[in-house]
Amino acid sequence: MRIPVDPSDWLILIPEFILLGTAIAILMIDAFAKAASDRSSPWISLAGTAGAIVAAVFLWGNPLSGFGGMIVNDDFGVLVSTAILTGTALAVLISVDYVRREELPAGEYYALILLSTIGMLLMVSSANLIMIFLSLEVLSIALYVLTGFARMRPRSQEAGMKYFLLGSFSAAILVYGVALIYGATGTVDLQSIADELISPGVLGNPVLLAGAGLVLVGLGFKVAAVPFQMWTPDVYEGAPSTVAAFMSIGSKAAAFAALVRVLIFAMGGLRPEWLAAVWVIAALTMTVGNLVAIAQDNIKRMLAYSSIAHAGYILVAVAAANRLGLQSIPFYLIAYAFMNLGAWAVVTAVTRKGEEAVGLSDYSGLFWSHPVLAGSMGLFMFALAGIPPTAGFTAKIYVFMAAVAADMIGLLIIAIVTTIISAYFYLRVTVIMFMERPAEPPVVTVPTPLAVAIAVAAAGTIWLFLFPGVTQSFTDTVARLL
Amino acid sequence: MFTYAWLVPGLPLLGTIINGIFGRFLPRKVVGTLASALVGGSFLVSVAVFIQLLGLPEEERHVTSALYTWISAGNFFAEAGILIDPLSVFMMLVVSGVGFFIHVYSTGYMGHDEGYSRYFTYLNLFAASMLILVMANNFLLLFVGWELVGICSYLLISFWYSRPSAVAAGKKAFITTRVGDLGFTLGVVLIFVAFGTLAYDQVFAAAGEVATGVITAITVLLFIGAIGKSAQIPLYVWLPDAMEGPTPVSALIHAATMVTAGVYLVARASPLYVHAPGVLLIVAFVGAVTALFAATIALVNNDIKRVLAYSTISQIGLMFLGVGVGAFAAGLFHLLTHAFFKALLFLGAGSVMHALAGETDIRNMGGLRGKMQVTYWTFLVAGLAIAGIAPLSGFFSKDEILAAALTAPGGHWLLYALGLAASLLTAFYIFRLFFKAFHGEPRMSAERLERAHESPPSMTVPLVVLAIGAAVAGFVGVPGFLAPEAGWTHAVAHFLEPGLAREPLVEAELPPAIGVMLMLIALAVGIAGIAAAWHFYVRRPGTAARLAQRAPAVYNTLLNKYWVDEAYNALFVRPGKALAAFFWRGIDAAVVDGFVNGVARAVAGLSLLVRRTETGYLRNYALAIFAGAVVLVGYLISTR
Amino acid sequence: MLPAHYYLMLSAVLFTTGTLGVLIRRNPIIMFMSIELMLNAANLAFITFSRYQRSLDGHIFVFIIMTVAAAEVAVGLGIIISIFRTRTDINIDDLNIMKG
Repeated sequence: MRIPVDPSDWLILIPEFILLGTAIAILMIDAFAKAASDRSSPWISLAGTAGAIVAAVFLWGNPLSGFGGMIVNDDFGVLVSTAILTGTALAVLISVDYVRREELPAGEYYALILLSTIGMLLMVSSANLIMIFLSLEVLSIALYVLTGFARMRPRSQEAGMKYFLLGSFSAAILVYGVALIYGATGTVDLQSIADELISPGVLGNPVLLAGAGLVLVGLGFKVAAVPFQMWTPDVYEGAPSTVAAFMSIGSKAAAFAALVRVLIFAMGGLRPEWLAAVWVIAALTMTVGNLVAIAQDNIKRMLAYSSIAHAGYILVAVAAANRLGLQSIPFYLIAYAFMNLGAWAVVTAVTRKGEEAVGLSDYSGLFWSHPVLAGSMGLFMFALAGIPPTAGFTAKIYVFMAAVAADMIGLLIIAIVTTIISAYFYLRVTVIMFMERPAEPPVVTVPTPLAVAIAVAAAGTIWLFLFPGVTQSFTDTVARLL
Repeated sequence: MFTYAWLVPGLPLLGTIINGIFGRFLPRKVVGTLASALVGGSFLVSVAVFIQLLGLPEEERHVTSALYTWISAGNFFAEAGILIDPLSVFMMLVVSGVGFFIHVYSTGYMGHDEGYSRYFTYLNLFAASMLILVMANNFLLLFVGWELVGICSYLLISFWYSRPSAVAAGKKAFITTRVGDLGFTLGVVLIFVAFGTLAYDQVFAAAGEVATGVITAITVLLFIGAIGKSAQIPLYVWLPDAMEGPTPVSALIHAATMVTAGVYLVARASPLYVHAPGVLLIVAFVGAVTALFAATIALVNNDIKRVLAYSTISQIGLMFLGVGVGAFAAGLFHLLTHAFFKALLFLGAGSVMHALAGETDIRNMGGLRGKMQVTYWTFLVAGLAIAGIAPLSGFFSKDEILAAALTAPGGHWLLYALGLAASLLTAFYIFRLFFKAFHGEPRMSAERLERAHESPPSMTVPLVVLAIGAAVAGFVGVPGFLAPEAGWTHAVAHFLEPGLAREPLVEAELPPAIGVMLMLIALAVGIAGIAAAWHFYVRRPGTAARLAQRAPAVYNTLLNKYWVDEAYNALFVRPGKALAAFFWRGIDAAVVDGFVNGVARAVAGLSLLVRRTETGYLRNYALAIFAGAVVLVGYLISTR
Repeated sequence: MLPAHYYLMLSAVLFTTGTLGVLIRRNPIIMFMSIELMLNAANLAFITFSRYQRSLDGHIFVFIIMTVAAAEVAVGLGIIISIFRTRTDINIDDLNIMKG
């Protein structure tokens, strides 16, 4: 294989290069001017992220493929990248005071966030199984470090350890699957795999099927699909909240993009084979995520189970594998970026003795002391529950309609029933916020960057409900890929 | 041409935004006046729409205007659009009109509450949501309004958060109506599956072309939604508890408007329902049975608001009876009159409670007649109206439903009998309430009696206005047969009919003699109920107690509301909790890290070793991944 | 030249050994070594397929995977050491503050 690299190929990677440059700049400043770095690095990374968003949008509507077809930049990719970069920008905003409060090394923290984002963006643009593996590792390795970043906290250590071991375990499974697919088809290029699948001899090859299964496991781990989701609650609980917020959007979105490319673009021909498997995984993911969340009294764990459940809904769209499904995935991810990061932002605001107050009871009476903050939290909870007037509602409607169009009525009913169950625990949070203030209320601090992040998230959540058409013209072009 | 009708939900929504953000910093007077004025403005715009609509020829009274394309993805399309037709204008007038007076009343009733601006934020949001619900031009937007009113209802029930009972009641309301919403959601999805669109116009136009089985399923599912929202058997349990909310809320949301959304839904979807006569019969029977059932509970309850809540359930049952037999206009007519007299009853009850420092038990009332003249007389008007005494509003609407139950093509004598029995009980329980509260010896403490006073004008003026409405609203629906030569027509039916499915109007087929006879029977039943109440509670107080002693089983069953709450608790709530616990402890803890741990726990003596293995979480996570991979790969290979 | 399936069998055995190691061992370092074994099983499979399909792609992938493995080692050891600093033993079963 010869990889012809045209100079214009580098254009595709402009967002990644902007982020890389920013990360290096931050590390340099950190090395030579520690004090300046602590103050400036969040703003530098915010600027870098904004630059990357601009660059990504600049690439919009102009599908490019480069590096011998290893990297593509199509409209689907740009949209998912937008979701990821939105998540990164909001995560940086909520980190500003969090990092200071927790006394985390600021330079390294922001550099790692940006490096992980690079991995996510690369994963979205990967059109090659090895590129998917490589970018998965780029994003994961930075996340392993970030998860264990609060080195002095046992929970953070434990989360880092668990995430690291299970993450590398599942990555090893994924790479073995890649090897099997390579053996069966002689290629790791997604387009070539799709071409190979036309021949009947390849279609029924057990080696190929086994490889596909193992790749599905690796990506299923990243999106937190049942039964590969066990790590999620522990890691979200133990990781610094801002990191959990960041990874709940970014790594999920990136892995879903890869899942779509592998399952739908490359292995669309195998859909009869994988449909039942994805169907069952989606059903289990929605059910387990929502049911177990009911029993949680730690808000971080609850949000973790919530994120598992949302992966289930997106999997419904993946299983549908039709126009509407493809349109709904980026929309769902963008909506989820707003509402979920908003919820996490509120979580970081509530503290007790310098520690995060994560018990649900810590939120009792929040409305009476901080009505705007509690109101926003209520909005995000409604959004996650899929209740209007929020983007979560529209996103779920998209997914449901995709399921209708794919004639998956059984899965649709499961989705609707679990949605209704989920209202219970999301609503519990709002109920608690209206209750009597406890004798020793937690300290609530809402510094300006955090307030901005919450406001942006809330505005996005409502805006995407009122005008889902904003992304409409974009998602329409996505569907042309099919 | 009706694009300006967006102001109708828009004005209250503006109030929500202003009061929600700045309400805390504004003086109370501004908050209350603004909220009331905006809903009043919404009413004026509704009136303008109404007048403009009347100016149109009958067959053109159906105007859709889209604000913008809301969702458009592939073949799925929904617009943010409104439908102006007689039915929606009718509902707009009821919602904004009654809503306005309840807003005004609230400025007095909630005057001293610390959550004043929060209250009006919710109340405005409710008005806006309810108006969106009735004005939507497609099922998806209807669903948005449907969910929003549910949220407002839930927020307002739990308004007094410091009472655990209020929080519990809010939760109960939310969960119970979610069951109905599940049916509604599935119904909407099925509509999309069957028709490929959610716009009313297209769906109703194609109603005849879809298989009967599908139409039946759709209408049943929608009706399940209606049952939940409108508190019918078996999902009515939340409404009596909803009385934990402030009384004006009970009047507006849990009597006059939101709970009638189910009736509106069936009427709106009437072009579908006429293709499923079997479902309509179910609707009628559920309504009739609920009407009687709830009325029996209201007979013995001693909480003034709960009696009214059961009364609401019963009256909505009557409305469903009406639409169920195909008399859609009659059901909606009762919705209108009920909005007046039930809102009035609630506001009157609120006035009494206001005078007695929040007392709700009628056993601790009595003799209030002299203390509060306005409340007394307006309550009497409302009582006569709901009891069906001519010529007050309830008489005409109730009579029309009962007549339809007997004579309409979809009617049945059993339905008529159930409805008539419910009417008898209604007259009885409402006057039991009335006599116990206002007549007889005062049974409250002397100090309270001393303090009892008439309410401020902001409360009594709405009472008087609503009383006038409750008295005369019936005249818009006087059946034509009473005086055909004078040119009387049934204005409501005449106005609404074009917006509904083309069902033969009931009055057209009714011979005047039978019509008058049915009227007299209904009137006699109402008078009999009142007379019985007078006998029991005024002439011979104590008769009721003796009766209760003689038939304790009946009395207790009624008093305990047929033990339905207890049964639900045992049947659904506890297993639900157990299931969640099972999934948490069972699947995540026991099955996953369990296998080893489970065995180990059995060998209690080796606890030290057990504890070490019990902590092996990470490896168990890895095991789950591994097992999942084996199953997945095994399955994929097996598909070959 | 030996038939391909000889190598593939060895690769499968290596992969299984590595998986079992992760599932059974309690020392995170050993667990991580088992993961390395799984990666190397994949490497062997890549080389074999590459050789028998007469293309060089697989060889390149092996280098990529080895590089990634090295990066993982660096981070993994860092995490292990940071835990080792606060507690003296590194039994994976002791990491169970969080559950449920």
